[in-house]
Amino acid sequence: MTQHNRAIFQPSGQIQFGIFFQGVNSGTIWKAPESGSQTDFESFRRIVQTAERGKFAAFFLGEGLRLREHLGRPHALDVVGRPDAQTMLAALAAVTTNIGLVATQNTTYNDPADLAHRLSSLDLISGGRAAWNVVTTDNAWTGANFRRGGYLDHADRYKHAEAFVETAKRIWDSWETSAGPARRVLHEGRHYTVDVSPRLPRSAQYRPVLFQAGDSPEGRNFAARQADVIFSAHPKFDDAVEFRRDIVARSVDAGRGANAVQIMPASEFILAATDREAQEKKAWVRSLQIGPQQAIAYLEQFWGRELTEYDSDGPLPEIDPVVEETSETRGSGFHGAKARQLADQWRAEAKDKGLSIRQFVTSRTARVDATFTGSYTAVADHLAQFARVGAVDGFNISPWLIPTGLDDIVNHLVPELQERGVYPTEYRGTTLRENLGLETPVRSNEPVQV
Amino acid sequence: MSTFEEHTAGFLAIELDGAGYEDLARAVLAAESAGFHVATFADAPVPGRVNALQRAAYAGPVTRNIALVPEVDTVYTEPFHISTQLASLDYVSGGRAGWIATAAEAPEAAAAVGRSFVEGDALAQEAAASIEVGRRLWDSWEDDAVIRDVATGRYIDVDKLHYVDFETPADFAGPGYSVKGPSIIPRPLQGQLPVLAAASLVGDGQVPVDAVDAVLVSAPTPELLAAEVRHVRARLGASVAIVAELDVVLDSRGQAAASRSDTSQDDGRARFVGSAAGLTDYLDSLLKEADGVRLHPASLAVELDELARLVLPELRRRGSLRAPTQDGTFRGLLGLGRAENRYSTSAAAAAAAGK
Ligand SMILES: Cc1cc2nc3c(=O)[nH]c(=O)nc-3n(C[C@H](O)[C@H](O)[C@H](O)COP(=O)(O)O)c2cc1C
Repeated sequence: MTQHNRAIFQPSGQIQFGIFFQGVNSGTIWKAPESGSQTDFESFRRIVQTAERGKFAAFFLGEGLRLREHLGRPHALDVVGRPDAQTMLAALAAVTTNIGLVATQNTTYNDPADLAHRLSSLDLISGGRAAWNVVTTDNAWTGANFRRGGYLDHADRYKHAEAFVETAKRIWDSWETSAGPARRVLHEGRHYTVDVSPRLPRSAQYRPVLFQAGDSPEGRNFAARQADVIFSAHPKFDDAVEFRRDIVARSVDAGRGANAVQIMPASEFILAATDREAQEKKAWVRSLQIGPQQAIAYLEQFWGRELTEYDSDGPLPEIDPVVEETSETRGSGFHGAKARQLADQWRAEAKDKGLSIRQFVTSRTARVDATFTGSYTAVADHLAQFARVGAVDGFNISPWLIPTGLDDIVNHLVPELQERGVYPTEYRGTTLRENLGLETPVRSNEPVQV
Repeated sequence: MSTFEEHTAGFLAIELDGAGYEDLARAVLAAESAGFHVATFADAPVPGRVNALQRAAYAGPVTRNIALVPEVDTVYTEPFHISTQLASLDYVSGGRAGWIATAAEAPEAAAAVGRSFVEGDALAQEAAASIEVGRRLWDSWEDDAVIRDVATGRYIDVDKLHYVDFETPADFAGPGYSVKGPSIIPRPLQGQLPVLAAASLVGDGQVPVDAVDAVLVSAPTPELLAAEVRHVRARLGASVAIVAELDVVLDSRGQAAASRSDTSQDDGRARFVGSAAGLTDYLDSLLKEADGVRLHPASLAVELDELARLVLPELRRRGSLRAPTQDGTFRGLLGLGRAENRYSTSAAAAAAAGK
């Protein structure tokens, strides 16, 4: 391929699916009678095998290294508690043959040599199906569970993450031939020093595929330089097209091809035989995701105090937020100092539109709605449009029901997509890299460091 | 634990380090169908050896009865991660997980994570701290913490989740640390996973006896092993199971064991070199002293075959080896009941009553 071609994005005309088994938070309905265990191995086995039947490219597990809190205590309303990603994926490797196995792993609370070794292990055990979803969450609050504590400045997290990923890549690159010997890998950085003689050969896909989840400009640049796939937060068509344009530009700037970095947004699918049924289903799903208690709890995150005496069908609370305590709730991305201002704004908005607490909270959470709702055929037509222009390479689907939440997608949506010629009918190969159509990395010629 | 004093028939463990990752499913299934009660996974720093805990996890869905017990280092690893990973292993194996808590002695292990090298007494301190963190985190969710109460919208009962607030002791040799908790995974299926450690790490001023459920005992020769088992039992008391460590090299396929025995490498373990019949007699007597024996075959493929055909059936016939239990837990194999949670209401009430 010429330099010119490499700089111009070529849509593949295809989309792929991944499944993001969240395991936590409010997205998964646990109140419906058909909802199963979030931790039993059987739930994981059932859903990964369904995904494999539907030719899904990948099975994802997220990671959270401290339980989410609400008003200074673990959050009682959401699904909470999940297995370690790599341990679960190693077990799932034994009951699957083609699907990729993606572990979300944090760069701040792991040691590079250890994590690189464990990811190689998963890659070898699974016959070349492992991937690492690189996340960079850092704060003293999470650090309280680890030896180093909260040692990293927020401003440094991507610098740190990049050194970490580079070190991991050198470890994976270190094997001379499939039989060895390995080159010793040294890294001396501000936060840690690594001196290791790697022990594992390259896998059938050379090394684990790298996903990245993070949306800031630094996060996007980091992905453009280092990642194979971005787990993005931009599933809506226009936004997805714009995000693609941005990532293509950043990849080319980073000296990589325009197609080097794939994009798979987080998404949710609520489907039925007809559009109307799907809309009704959506209302039902939402009512179970955001019940009266969840609506109040959502406000409590920002008010920093208990609001249980308020009626979720009534207006927003008149009392003011407790500013100091709001940041105690994790995962909201919210900064305490703005609490009062925000409350005033929200009260005004809710009053203007005549919204109750529950209606207001539903409208807030709908703003980041990553949901595709409709009949199987309508959604298939819509997705085919994404494929045609190459807005995304695939979708990473969070099922709202465990363990049967992929059944309608695999049984009804996948065949529609296959008929339209935009979805694989067979796995291309046995490795994740092959199935995603990614190029095999070129081994760096970095000299042996001693 | 009175079960060990009564001394029922013993159990056998087999070390599967040699299985690699390509043959792992076959090896662990062969060990299970041969009647081994436990498969262990060494974390040996040798080329080509993948992470022990992940090998154990992979073996989980492949098997049904055999306990899966990886070695996991306590010195250069994150106790929080280890606790979560082992709890997860218990989930994927249906309650058959255990932990051989090791303390890495190689300077290379320190260099890989950029930490200063730990040696001597400090090793046992690191191990003790890590085991304590692991155990507290396993208890940090009470068994019935997940309530799924539709009426109140509560998935969990927050009163049944606990911060562990662990801090390394004041006299801790290495850099001290703290762990907040609670765990990110509900209590493992067994409540507490059985923890094993080398007998040399356990005892006064080291890893406390009540922190472990079983110890691994080594002696330089097979002749000295039974005496060492008695010695350790006298030193540590009856509350821990004793597992004797034995390398085995067997005559096989017309080849004498002696010709296959590599004496240049001394791993500090007793080594039995000889016929299957000789090993059967030896294990028969050793199992009268030890609760279990862990075998380290010279070549997994060769020895496992001999053991399955000739040794285990005869030991069972003589009544010195237990029949495998269907769908049991590792705690069950060790004669341990389900562990009471230190935070549970009944445990708290007992403590308040001064019991
Ligand atoms: C779709 C998506 C999924 C994510 N999943 C996780 C996760 O499972 N665990 C985690 O710690 N962080 C997760 N993150 C958070 C990112 O790693 C990152 O910390 C966050 O997006 C802030 O980085 P940024 O400022 O670059 O956006 C996720 C982010 C996105 C966009």
